Amino acid sequence: MSALPLVALVGNPNAGKSALFNALTGARQKLGNYPGVTVERKAGRLSLADGRPVELVDLPGTYSLDPASPDEQVTRDVVMGKQVGEKRPDALVIVVDAANLDNHLRFALELIALGLPTIVALNMVDLATRDGLELDAAALSRELGVPVIATVAVRKRGLDHLRTELEALLNGAPAPYPATAQPHRDFDATRQEARRIARAGIVRETPSRRLTAAVDRVALHPIAGLALLLALLFVMFQAVYAWSEAPIAMIEGLAEATATLVRDSLPDGIVRSFLVDGVINGVGSVVVFLPQILILFFFILMLEATGYMVRAAFLMDGIMAKVGLSGRAFIPLLSSFACAIPGIMATRTIADPKDRLTTILIAPLMTCSARLPVYAVIIGAFIPARDIGYGIGLQGFVLFCLYLAGIVGAMLVALVLRLTVTRGASGSFLMEMPKYQWPRPQDILLGLWQRAVIFLKRAGTIIFTSTVILWVLLSFPRVPDGDPASQVDHSIAGRVASGLNVVLEPIGFNRDISLALIPAMAAREVAVSALATVYSIDAGDDEAALEQSLGDRLSSQWPLPTALAFLAWFIFAPQCISTIAVTRRETNGWKWPLFMVGYLFALAYVAAGLTYWTATAMGLA
Amino acid sequence: MSDYPLRLTDLPLRQPAYVDLIDWTSLSATDAQRLREFGLCEGASVEALHHGGLLGRGPIACRVGRMTIAMRRAHAAAVTVRTGPETLGSEPAA
Repeated sequence: MSALPLVALVGNPNAGKSALFNALTGARQKLGNYPGVTVERKAGRLSLADGRPVELVDLPGTYSLDPASPDEQVTRDVVMGKQVGEKRPDALVIVVDAANLDNHLRFALELIALGLPTIVALNMVDLATRDGLELDAAALSRELGVPVIATVAVRKRGLDHLRTELEALLNGAPAPYPATAQPHRDFDATRQEARRIARAGIVRETPSRRLTAAVDRVALHPIAGLALLLALLFVMFQAVYAWSEAPIAMIEGLAEATATLVRDSLPDGIVRSFLVDGVINGVGSVVVFLPQILILFFFILMLEATGYMVRAAFLMDGIMAKVGLSGRAFIPLLSSFACAIPGIMATRTIADPKDRLTTILIAPLMTCSARLPVYAVIIGAFIPARDIGYGIGLQGFVLFCLYLAGIVGAMLVALVLRLTVTRGASGSFLMEMPKYQWPRPQDILLGLWQRAVIFLKRAGTIIFTSTVILWVLLSFPRVPDGDPASQVDHSIAGRVASGLNVVLEPIGFNRDISLALIPAMAAREVAVSALATVYSIDAGDDEAALEQSLGDRLSSQWPLPTALAFLAWFIFAPQCISTIAVTRRETNGWKWPLFMVGYLFALAYVAAGLTYWTATAMGLA
Repeated sequence: MSDYPLRLTDLPLRQPAYVDLIDWTSLSATDAQRLREFGLCEGASVEALHHGGLLGRGPIACRVGRMTIAMRRAHAAAVTVRTGPETLGSEPAA
């Protein structure tokens, strides 16, 4: 347990809490989990005015201390001192949106009534001014009985003042005014009190045309809005290809240069094979996708930070309702395009248990970024880089179709689940629509940096380990000298894959694919590094083969129907241990993760088979 | 049938109105609580902003107080509104 004073940042969603957290702690953040729940714990160091460090924890946004979902439960438990693994905060910083005082002050009153040392950060005062509001922080402070500080987190305004006040508070300074909030007031009384205080704090209120309303006229329009959403998604997937070419070439060049250096400086043998085939080719073939993954995350972070994501949920609610889900499920599902794990964790904002379960079960159908390396390699090898008109590349178009197939699959599965295993009353769709806001570049960069670290850690641990284990299984037992058999056929892994291939051959998979699918259980992108390792070992000392890229080798060795079947398999790609683990944790048992894996395997098999048979029948080769 | 009661679902877009009555019993406890937390209460100012869905069956975005919220039509149908001059009930009866 940390000996530092603990300060909790708490407030309504959309009060700019995370921006304030970032502004106060900078990049000194630690992401973790609360024990027993998958709610993310975001903590960081904050230096007080006198330089003393304080631990600042960013609690999930909530509207009251009456939790409606698992993450709101954490907020309540922490501020009440009931959360396992977290001491009760020494002080609270309540973040309120200056433009939405009536509502946010009600929750603030509830929190102040807890009796902890408290400061109110009157955040986003600049946007309130834009909305024609003039506020008096001192008057609010007098009414609330706690210090009230005007802040603009994204411009770092008011932060020093906040630090000074926090320091005084932690040193035991008495509140500037006698406490006015009384505990155990009922909801309506608190609301009216909040309204009264808000009136006291508002100096002037002039109605002004809001930017948000103007943008929403287009963004929420049934036709124009949907077209905009589709266009945004399309640009996102095109950008994943178009923007990543140069950085990918750089990483590839670096990996190649390292491999050549190692090959030239070490004698031929097991050590060299391990370093070149196992480590550099294996891990390198996955790290190369970092640029594409970051581009994808960039779009998702931007959509969230600007406030557009909720609009997308609004547009999608009508369609989602038809398959028994709510528009709210769209947000975790869109996050699942980056990775199903944060996606599944994000479902904790869905209050209805059956809505939530259905969303969890279909989240793996959203094409996660780990599948991107697989798609990218296969598309690069088999789909010609043609322009199909209007500046649209065929490769990007195929990628878009793969994503679309995942979405359509997910909708159909949701429909079936809602009629069978998760049958129940249809849920509701209640969401606040925040104002549009231009995010601070630093916040986006910080988010990208955190994702890059997580990805590289995965590459360095899970992917590295599984690649190394695969290398061992592929390299032993060694083919005796003079035996013409291939090393891969002779190895343990080769023999296991040959066995597995009996099941996978009917759907067009070759031995190498069977081989790659096993370690891909650890992480989907390992399929690529596994193929790289297989071909690297198979090439042996053949200089010409070593010169070939993975894509070239695939396109020369796989028939087209096999490649297409492999893509179809990965639309459903059931294998990812982390997703299974997070599903088990979120659903409290093995029943649902096993169900999920079972149905995904069945769908993957059927989809790959249908693709292979159709492609073969059409004479594609 | 006269215009009264006018439901939020039938309120013309961008016509300022006030919440007259909310049929809390037609809402689940969780939904009712969340709507209260969004500031929906008798006397609150309300304005329908957008109807979602291609055939007008999607959710409704409306302004309640200074907040914009989205809800499904089934929920909006539980809210009876009245239009008229601001002086009438801009404050809930204290």
